[in-house]
Amino acid sequence: MRAAYGAAERGFAMIDELVFKAGGWLALALLALVFAALAVDTPFAVHMVIVAITCLILLWSLVSRADYGAMARGLLKMPPDEGVYDDDPVRWGVLATVFWGVAGLAVGLYIALQLAFPALNLGLEYTSFGRLRPLHTSAVIFAFGGNALIATSFYVVQRTCRARLAFPAAARFVFWGYQLFLVLAATGYVMGVTAAREYAEPEWYVDLWLTIVWVVYFVVFVGTIVKRREPHIYVANWFYLSFIVTIAMLHIVNNLAVPATIFGSKSYSAFAGVQDALTQWWYGHNAVAFFLTVPFLAMMYYFVPKQAERPIYSYRLSIIHFWSLIFLYIWAGPHHLHYTALPDWAQTLGMVFSVVLWMPSWGGMINGLMTLNGAWDKIRTDPIIRMMVVALAFYGMATFEGPMLSVKAFNSLSHYTEWTIAHVHAGALGWNGMITFAAVYYLVPRLWGRPRLYSLRMVNWHFWLATLGIVFYAASMWVAGIMQGLMWREYGADGYLVYSFAESVAAMHPMYLIRAAGGAMYLAGFLLLVFNVWATLAGKVREEKPMTETPYNAAADRPLAPVPAE
Amino acid sequence: MADHKRIDEVTGTSTSGHEWDGIEELDTPMPRWWLWSLYATIVWGIAYVILYPAWPMVHGATEGVLGWTSRGQLEAEMRADAQRRAPVVNAIAATQIADLPAKPELMQAAVQGGAAAFRVHCIQCHGAGGAGVQNLYPSLTDDDWLWGGDLATIEYTITHGIRNPDHEATRTSLMPAFGRDGILDAGQIADVVSRVRVISGQEKESASSVRGAAVFEANCAVCHGASGEGGRDFGAPKLTDAIWLYGGDRASITATVNQPRNGVMPRWNSRLDPVTIKMLAAYVYSLGGGEKAPAPNPAAAAEGQGADGQP
Repeated sequence: MRAAYGAAERGFAMIDELVFKAGGWLALALLALVFAALAVDTPFAVHMVIVAITCLILLWSLVSRADYGAMARGLLKMPPDEGVYDDDPVRWGVLATVFWGVAGLAVGLYIALQLAFPALNLGLEYTSFGRLRPLHTSAVIFAFGGNALIATSFYVVQRTCRARLAFPAAARFVFWGYQLFLVLAATGYVMGVTAAREYAEPEWYVDLWLTIVWVVYFVVFVGTIVKRREPHIYVANWFYLSFIVTIAMLHIVNNLAVPATIFGSKSYSAFAGVQDALTQWWYGHNAVAFFLTVPFLAMMYYFVPKQAERPIYSYRLSIIHFWSLIFLYIWAGPHHLHYTALPDWAQTLGMVFSVVLWMPSWGGMINGLMTLNGAWDKIRTDPIIRMMVVALAFYGMATFEGPMLSVKAFNSLSHYTEWTIAHVHAGALGWNGMITFAAVYYLVPRLWGRPRLYSLRMVNWHFWLATLGIVFYAASMWVAGIMQGLMWREYGADGYLVYSFAESVAAMHPMYLIRAAGGAMYLAGFLLLVFNVWATLAGKVREEKPMTETPYNAAADRPLAPVPAE
Repeated sequence: MADHKRIDEVTGTSTSGHEWDGIEELDTPMPRWWLWSLYATIVWGIAYVILYPAWPMVHGATEGVLGWTSRGQLEAEMRADAQRRAPVVNAIAATQIADLPAKPELMQAAVQGGAAAFRVHCIQCHGAGGAGVQNLYPSLTDDDWLWGGDLATIEYTITHGIRNPDHEATRTSLMPAFGRDGILDAGQIADVVSRVRVISGQEKESASSVRGAAVFEANCAVCHGASGEGGRDFGAPKLTDAIWLYGGDRASITATVNQPRNGVMPRWNSRLDPVTIKMLAAYVYSLGGGEKAPAPNPAAAAEGQGADGQP
């Protein structure tokens, strides 16, 4: 009798909680609609409507998915099984990576074609290069790259800590909150909302939202490390942690701004003049460092030894190169402002720190490549290893090119030219893209419990299409950049410029065509990945001659849950 | 965890004894070449920050023992180049523009310098090579000049610009908006357009063009000349040739009569030095349509030619 009473009380409490939560979402949706009604510009109103719709979707999913039977019987929710990894956010993250990858690469190809054929701007503001370009950069860096990083960090931190993800609700909030950030950013660009800071274009309210999401991400990640069942923190987690901490700092400082009105999408930077430029490039360069280098090295430190089934090459190297890398990288930003209003002393420091950064960057490449020591034969048999090797090769090349371009003598030729584009894409397509593809191919069969990928030979095709695409892309842009730099500085013996700017633009047309062809190959390779992932999820297995079989031990792939004493 | 240390069979190296999800670490020493390269870059970096401006202090930064500054380097390079070019530049500065053709070496230097300045300042409107843009900006490669095509006149046009409202000496004129402002009715405009198309040889004489001749006489001849030969004092284009800046078909001429464009060119004396302007004039003159200076006319000089500031 007493037990039944307790159950009824629990049931009422659960219904109270449900009503309270649902009411909260409804109130938030209404608040967003009030903001939309009071908005002083259309894009802000559109964004507030998107927020309201998001709240209503959450409300609907809360009410429709609640377990009313359990409430009626007053049953307590089962605590999650600590003996199983929490992989739902990882699965969603992998799918989001694939989705945003298609979007980001397709927009990239389109704007590459716009540079060759300006008519493709279509005469519309929404499809002009100026609006699509941030859409491309944010989609590939923050949407494709960011989702890959969140997904792999949740996967890797659980495995290397042998512990289930801390704060499961918060982890889900991180994933969906990040998607909302991406949708607001992307729609904002197309509508012309921009803070005019490269790689930090979202306006103040989107920045605030990302800050909240990012702090929760930090809490989930650190919480999982705290509850680890391993005595030491694996090197991949140092890299992930420095990524999460530093990106928070960079994002907050660079986006300090005063909104013109809280009902509008316009804000003004807290900094002015050269201080503003330096803050922006301190951020911009460290976005490269702590978004595109450090956490992808974390991926490398987990997936390369797993796929190669070899120990990490050097423990000592990993310590020294980690600390020297993060110490030096943070100072290198001023090299983006050589020969500008930035004082000479700051330019000197930016250049010196960039050059000293060379070896610490290469430490990661050495540790990755040399981990294959004893498994070199896999380059021949395993296309995923092949992708990892090419990723590390491009990483090494880009981190040599970077210090070189930061030297003023080179920079005076390369700055403002397509050489920068070549450098960025050698790093982004070669390093970030390839290591992410390898991680996705590693994860998909494991996350969805499939015996293997639908087709390894298709991975091989992807590998070759991507590699050749990068070669076309980077080579054409190197030529274009050097040609541009030389044409701009070409003086005749009489002391006058030989070429007009428009002549250098015209001269680049063939290079732009080759670049677009390279980008098309890279996108084609990625579409093979999409098909391969889809077919694997659908449970298909392609009949083909195997290239390699990497063993997988399902029994060992779980956290060490505490065992109650007998 | 020292008890988990083992010797890796393939490499013969000891592991560190740690293990995460099956991943072990070898205790390989750092590659010597890597370590020494790192030290070398550090040594280089220390030397560089001593030699060049580097460390921020309370008031300004350390200047570096070489005393180098980017502004100083730029100044030195510009000075050296100015010195190298000084003989030619000074000679051009000292020469009246009308006398340039008599000194072929100087003229050639001026044309080359003008071509370089043209690429930076002029091609945005007049196009690479000065061919102009149909319906927007005039071609500079033909001999159909609005304001005159001899060296001194071109120099004046570049110096003072066309229709700069805040500048006294600018070239200016204003064709009335005959249609928009209701000066002529639609029928009269159709007639005068017929007349213009007859004198430009595009149409045969008709009743409309005969009526239009009177309209032309009363409204257009004062600037464009009695027979449409144009008037350079007002930048009024010649209407009897096949060159049309804003189009010569019936619709285009009608649009122009309704609402003329009265095109604008900035004056360059506020941005460029007199020698560069002289060079630009020489370059434009050399594009193919350059004219000989008109013989000095005492009457014209008394009226305005001499008074408009030209030497």
